[in-house]
This record gives sequence, structure tokens and C-alpha cells, in this order.
Amino acid sequence: MSLRSNVLDLRKRKKEVQKGGGDKAIEKQVKMGKLTARERILALLDKNSFHEYDLFVEHAAKDFGMEGKTLHGDGVIIGTGTIYDKPVCIFAQDFTVAGGSLGLMHARKITKIMDHALKMRVPLIGINDSGGARIQEGVNSLAGYGEIFFRNTLASGVIPQISVILGPCAGGAVYSPALTDFVFVVENISKMFITGPSVVKSVLGEEVSMEELGGAKVHAEVTGNAHFYAETEMECFDQIKTLISFIPRSNLKKALPHKPKAPLKGVKVEDIVPADPRIPYDMRDVLKSITDGSEFFEVMERFAPNIIVGFGRMNGETVGFVANQPMVLAGVLDIDSSDKAARFIRYCDAFNIPIITMEDLPGYLPGVDQEHAGVIRHGAKILYAYSEATVPKVTVILRKAYGGGYIAMNSRHLRADFVFAWPTAEIAVMGPEGAANIVFRKEIAEAENPDEMRQQKIEEYKEKFANPYVAAAQGYIDEVIEPSDTRSRILHALQVSENKSASMPAKKHGIPPF
Amino acid sequence: MAEEKELKNLVIQGAVYKTTYTKRFENRVNYVSPDPNELYSFIPGTIIDLFVKTKQKVKEGETLLLLEAMKMENQVRMPFDGEIVKIHVKKGEVIPNRHLMIEIKPTK
Repeated sequence: MSLRSNVLDLRKRKKEVQKGGGDKAIEKQVKMGKLTARERILALLDKNSFHEYDLFVEHAAKDFGMEGKTLHGDGVIIGTGTIYDKPVCIFAQDFTVAGGSLGLMHARKITKIMDHALKMRVPLIGINDSGGARIQEGVNSLAGYGEIFFRNTLASGVIPQISVILGPCAGGAVYSPALTDFVFVVENISKMFITGPSVVKSVLGEEVSMEELGGAKVHAEVTGNAHFYAETEMECFDQIKTLISFIPRSNLKKALPHKPKAPLKGVKVEDIVPADPRIPYDMRDVLKSITDGSEFFEVMERFAPNIIVGFGRMNGETVGFVANQPMVLAGVLDIDSSDKAARFIRYCDAFNIPIITMEDLPGYLPGVDQEHAGVIRHGAKILYAYSEATVPKVTVILRKAYGGGYIAMNSRHLRADFVFAWPTAEIAVMGPEGAANIVFRKEIAEAENPDEMRQQKIEEYKEKFANPYVAAAQGYIDEVIEPSDTRSRILHALQVSENKSASMPAKKHGIPPF
Repeated sequence: MAEEKELKNLVIQGAVYKTTYTKRFENRVNYVSPDPNELYSFIPGTIIDLFVKTKQKVKEGETLLLLEAMKMENQVRMPFDGEIVKIHVKKGEVIPNRHLMIEIKPTK
């Protein structure tokens, strides 16, 4: 007997299961403007690199008439493949099979590939497109979610975890993405919320559409739950591939170096930044003037835009940038920007990525709303994150570095390895205007012409303190550099820091101001 | 994104910075000190019962109304001895959070 008939039988079985929920369900998926789970995996991974496991897994539900039903693959596809020739583990929920609902076997498939990713130290990518818990499976479904969340936490800081929201992701299901490193959303397709619009309406009487409550834009701009926003699924996959090219495979590795490139010619850093610290500019232009190929891959572009975080390369090596953005709210630190920066700093530290801080900020944002919403504990996150980071840390102070903001932005006092300042840097306890009003309060009040006296005192203070030399005299900054030397100084600092050895005291873990 | 917007002023410690605002900053609510004579809802819900009338004298601790929310009946009580000045809600009305329900004043 030849094997031939067995092989043909296998092929037939595979073909049947690979259709997922069948033609009608697929047609519906397409009508919603979505790719199928299988198409998504194939579009994201290198050509012919995908290998699927657990294809023949069936659901385990026995109640509510489920026992007779077939759910191909139990609504999720798992497997391994490569992106740019580097291995990844992946799962994609299949909305065409019972709405991608999560039952016991569905969850078991996901946790299987998660365990695999952690054991093999390769990145995990999860594509979410699911109506939520499979009600017919009751508590088994909840158990499944719990097992996933637990593994997300175990793997956190060990392997990169990427969540892609390509459909609904509601109720408890949202907590898996929230526990991962990067969340990708797509316009009109992604929906994330704990309780949907109908519950919100019936309980609270508030009318809100699904898009307004938890659409892609909301999470990219308002909640900060999403890190990358795309207009189409294909654009989203390109973003994932770019991200993968910047980050290491696990916390035991460094990101793979690329071929070193010079920044594009004609981008001169000294032409971008005005000398007057009150006049804005786009900090992204500064970043692009110093990175390889003038490339900067921004993370959380739309959330808290008063701070910029993202990846670039310096002499071929990945670095993380944290930079104040004078173009938005004068680059102040506030609740959202502190939260955003602190998380990014911890990511870089966990994955051996050096951190370059570009500083130009007037301090923390004043206001009752900020104070009452907890700017103290949120603002503390950035101090904590910088202080505990042991990767190479380089700071460049471009202009303003006032008060608490100066300390927070990777100052020498939080163990920056190198602190450079431009000649335009003003490192002071506060800006000249504020300081003159306090220091010379009496002189100003008693003067014949208080306004004139105030101006005079502001100038006096400016002359004396609004420069980098007071801090330089204390050794708080290492060198006052010419702006055009910024890239070469950072490159040298990174070269010197290559074998940096620094550690924290032994502990189970710290208590960051969550 | 930011470049297309018109520059605005942001004052921090006496210095005027040219910059743009975020949506969150533009939508911030100016703080107003709470007035002890105004009773606001603390949760969205339904007024299922109303026990007082305008100009009625009420002792501290007496229940003024029942606000049902999240399947719970919340008794809204008089915070001090006083008088009902104005009632802004009706029985059966569904109200949002931070909605003015009743104005009161203390007895002198």
C-alpha cells in the first residue's frame, strides 16, 4: 500500500479546516473591510515562512447544543514563522469561526504558542479579532483568559509582545493587549472597551457609538492604550515589521545592527532651533538631523504629543529617544507625557536599548486638573524609570531645563552617563521671569516703576543664571558642545558606553508609582 | 500635525511660550470651589423617589431623594439643618453625573 492515499486524505482534511468558518462567514468578514485571520498572518510574515500548529484542535463545549457543532481550529490560528528572516511566534483569532469567541481549547492553543515563545525567547505577536468569551463554555472561558494574562505577565520584559487589534476586543479580552509592550490599531476596524455602548447606555444613560467609545483614534489619541495607529491593515503590518527591525529578539540579546548611515545632507541642527527659548520648533526635525539616514520611528505619536518617544539608529545601532516637544504645550511634563515617557524608558531598559534624552522644557504643567488627577504620582514615574535604567543614558540639553523638569529628564543626579549642553542651555531652578519675581520681589515692589525694575531684574537674572555654565561649574553637565557636534558626541558617548556595567541593589522588584 | 495649527500662548512661571495646545488641555474644566448649598449627583442614574418640597424645612440626615444607579438605591440626605430652596429634578428623571439636583440653605 502506498502512502499516497494517506497524504491525499491529510490534504483534504487540511483544506477543509483551513476554510475556517466557511464561505459565508468569510464573505461577511470581507464586507466589514477585514482580511481573514489566515490572510493576515500570511501578509505579515515572510513569504512561505508560516507553519501552523494545532490545526485539527476542536472545541470542548458540551452544553447548550454545542456538542454537535464543529468549530474549525476552535476559532484561532497559531504557529511560527519569520519576519525579515528572524523567528516569531504568532496567533490570530478567526472571527469567521463562532465570532472568534474564546473557549477552553481556543485559549489552550494561544497559551501553547505563548509558552513556546517564552521558552524559545522569540517575539510573540497576537492578532485579536474576537467577540469575547464563549458564553456556552462558561467559567472555562474565563479560565482561558486568566491563563493568557498570567503568561503575558511572565513574558513581560523577557520577549517582545505585540498586540494587533483587528476587530472587536471587548470585556476581559482587552487586558491581554494592555499587558503587552506594543498595541497596534487600525482605523474603523479596531474596537476596544471593557463595557460596550449598550451596557453603558442601559446602566448610565450615556449615548455613545462604538467608534467614539473605543475606536482606533480614541485609543491612539485619548486613552494611550494604543502605540501605533494605521489607516489600513497593510499599513499596520508594515509598522509591525519596522518595529521588529528595531528591537531585539529577547532581553538576552541586543537589537541587530544595521549598516551605518549618515543623516541626510541639508538637515542642519543649528538652523532648526531658535535661540529664544520661548519660540517653538519641531523636535522631530532635530532628531532627524542626528539619526542614521534621518530616520525616526515614532511610538505613540498621537498621545501626549508634548513628549516624543521612539526609535532611531546611531551608527547602525538601535537607540531609544525621549525628547520634549516645544511645539506642543511648550514641551511641559504632565500626567500623560510622564506616563508615556516612563513606559518607553522601561521598555528600552528591559531590552538593552540605550536611551538618548533631548531636553527642552519649562517644567511641569500647572493646574488644578493636573494636581487632582495625580500629577505627583504620575510625574514620579519618569524619575523612577530613569533612575532604575541601567542601559547607557545620554542627555543633551538644547535650551530650557528648569526646576523639577531638569531633574526628571535624565539628569546627572539620576545617573545619566553623559550630559551635554548646547551654549543656549538654561539650567536653572526656574525661568528668569519667574525667578526675578521671587528673588527681587522687594526691589520690584518698592521701585518707582515696578515694570521697568522687573525687566531689569529679569535681564540681570538671565545674564547670571540662564546659561549652561553654572551647572557646568558644578560638574552637573560634562561638556558644553556646539550644536553641530551633537551627533558626533552622542556617537562617541555610545561607543564608550558599549560595555557599561551598572546594576541596582538586589531586590525582588521595586515599587514603581503605578 | 502640530505645524498646521496656529501658535498660541502658554504662560508658565511668568514666561510666555509660543506653542500649540492638546485636546486634553483645551477641554480642561476650570476648577470651581464646591458650594455646600448645591447638591449634585455623584453618579449617573434615575431619581426614583423625591421626599421634599420647595421651602420645606429639613433636619440634618433626613433623606431628600432616592437616586438609583448600578442597581443600587442611593439615599441623598440633608447635610445640615436647613431649607429646600429649589428642586431641579423630577421623579423618574434620568440624570447624568455631576447634575445639580437640589439647592438648599442652612437655617440661621
